[in-house]
Amino acid sequence: MQGMTASAWWVRKVSVAALLAAMPAVAGAQTAPAVPPVKLGLVTFLTGPAAGPFGIPGRNSAEIMIEMLNAGKVPAPYATAGLAGATIVPKFVDEAGSSANQVTEFRNLVQRDGMNAVVGYISSGNCLAVAPVAEELKALTVFWDCGTPRIFEERPLKYVFRATPHATMDNVAAARYVLKKFPDLASFSGINQNYAWGQDSWRDFVAAMKALAPKATVDKELLPKLFAGEFGAEISALLTTNSKVVHSSFWDGDLESFIVQSGARGLPARSTMVYTAGETAMFRLGAKIPDGTIIGARGPHGVMAPDTPLNRWFRQVYEDRFATAPTYPAYHMAQSILGLKAAWEKAAAAKGGQQPAIDDVVKAFEGIEFEGPSAKIRMAIGNGHQGIADIAYGSFRFNKAEGKPEIVDIVRYPAECVNPPANMTSTAWLEAGMPGAKCN
Amino acid sequence: MITVIAIVTDGLVYAAWLFVVAIGLTLIFGVMKILNVAHGAFYAFGAYAAATAIGLYFDRGWPVVGGYLAIATAAIAIGLLMGYILERVFLRRVYGKDEVVVVLITYALFLILEDVLILIWGTDGRSAYQPYTEAGSFTVGGLPLSVYDIGLVGFAALLAIAASYTIKKTTFGRLLTAVIYDRETAAAFGVDVSRVYTVTFLVGAVLGALGGALTAPKISVTPGLGVEVIVLAFAVVAIGGMGSMEGALVGALIVGLFRAGAVHLIPQLELFSIYAVMALVLVFRPQGLFSRAQPRKI
Repeated sequence: MQGMTASAWWVRKVSVAALLAAMPAVAGAQTAPAVPPVKLGLVTFLTGPAAGPFGIPGRNSAEIMIEMLNAGKVPAPYATAGLAGATIVPKFVDEAGSSANQVTEFRNLVQRDGMNAVVGYISSGNCLAVAPVAEELKALTVFWDCGTPRIFEERPLKYVFRATPHATMDNVAAARYVLKKFPDLASFSGINQNYAWGQDSWRDFVAAMKALAPKATVDKELLPKLFAGEFGAEISALLTTNSKVVHSSFWDGDLESFIVQSGARGLPARSTMVYTAGETAMFRLGAKIPDGTIIGARGPHGVMAPDTPLNRWFRQVYEDRFATAPTYPAYHMAQSILGLKAAWEKAAAAKGGQQPAIDDVVKAFEGIEFEGPSAKIRMAIGNGHQGIADIAYGSFRFNKAEGKPEIVDIVRYPAECVNPPANMTSTAWLEAGMPGAKCN
Repeated sequence: MITVIAIVTDGLVYAAWLFVVAIGLTLIFGVMKILNVAHGAFYAFGAYAAATAIGLYFDRGWPVVGGYLAIATAAIAIGLLMGYILERVFLRRVYGKDEVVVVLITYALFLILEDVLILIWGTDGRSAYQPYTEAGSFTVGGLPLSVYDIGLVGFAALLAIAASYTIKKTTFGRLLTAVIYDRETAAAFGVDVSRVYTVTFLVGAVLGALGGALTAPKISVTPGLGVEVIVLAFAVVAIGGMGSMEGALVGALIVGLFRAGAVHLIPQLELFSIYAVMALVLVFRPQGLFSRAQPRKI
């Protein structure tokens, strides 16, 4: 204390004591357990023919949904930030490549990158390949766009969910809409891609037609390879039939190429085309799509979506960011992420607000009901892992006065009208004549 | 009857497309002994360049007929540019090396160019349908046919005649034939083999790009379209005989007609029919239908 007065010594001692007393509080504030982020793998086509119409709208939708969820800016009932307060950290992976490649990438996401959950897959083939691996790794996985009904019908799955309805709904609704337009239909044909999605779609459409119009026969059944691009021979084959209706579950570049090639050769003048995934092409092709073409959106999405606050908000933020209207893949991605959030927060609530373990989220996800931008989703089939929702179909018309495409004669079908009940597979339900379907 | 008309016309249209795509591939192999996997990239770049050119052209409301000129110009420009860069920068360094090494290099180039394509044009599909839809259609025996498709058959026929004439009647064709038979002997007789290689590769690249450019108005031009094409082109070239232009023509006709027949009569066998024909030909003639006898070198 040499050179220091007694009062100065006391001032210093008190200051140091006060500082030391305050330190635990400061240190405590600095080391308080922060909510760890939730790492979310997002798999979608970023390259290849499916990127433009499907993968990129899905990626764009994920980008704004995650950003808005993290900022707590999504309208009710999703106004809380992140997933129960945890920030979502996305990692995007390209779905291009073989199914074997996707399985490897999935393992990388889960085992190497430590993703807490994966939202992924447009291709039905990829979903079928990834599902058993997700089970093996006990990795929470939400399929966001693939349509094959077989995912939960071939084996029970615990860690895999699909918040978007499967292809049976699309094709049963298509059959109902076709028969509303053509009650005396004598025959029909189909052109679908030769893999899980195309084959399942065609099988379900034929089965639904058989149940609803037993006298209608199949003229031509064409299954060109995926991404064939050139359909001259198939169009000729369809032109040689007397089919009043041609069913197609084409998507991506194949859908657009077929619309243009068949239009140039007058096929739509002879047969009404039914595109179960046609909504993705309507803004890109506009007047190239013949008026009267029957269009589906794999749900009541896009221009067929109801006017709700959540839908208005979603369309607005999407259009503001990307200068284009969201098509159904964007809706599918949004509702898949919202489904995950609903389940996550239900599980967190059950733990008193604590971050849930993956098994807690899985338990909460089973059978949950939640609002999507365009419909209420109920995880009602596939042991509570497969969502069902209402669906809409309509007829295409190009509004020349306004220079934009639109859908008219829209018919909405309740979920129970077009989906199998929980205790039946799609095939069994269709073969039995769709018992228990509630359409009113 | 309408089914027969359909099989023949569909077969010819498909064969014409295959021939335009495959002729460049077989030309490069015949002269340079390079199995050029990057040919798929020429096709894809040709399609994108044509789609861009068509878009720019028709946005200005210019006459439809000029749109076809835009397709050709775009294909020639992109084919020459790519062919020149690839030949000068990469392939020139590996002439005479093991064929497997060269195949691997062209495969690597193909993969790189697929990504370059995305960097330039993005992942979104491109539409350039005007030349196809504006060409209209006509009816034969009750079957509507696209004028553009039939025009493609005419173009392929002209291309076959021009290729045959060039090979058999022109000085360059004779030089080409000499190099095809024996590069070293041709060089010993004063043929500038290096120049022949460069010209051949440029012509092959332009033909590959032209194949893509002519297809662009029919399809949604998307990344990855070169992969599908290169597999089919290899099947055609294998059937006809590697390096044979007559073989490419006959191979394309066989594949086109078999595929059309399958689509109309047994649609489930569409894809199978193409590769079944290839397998059948290769079982009996492993060198392909028109491959020349190879002199035995000691």
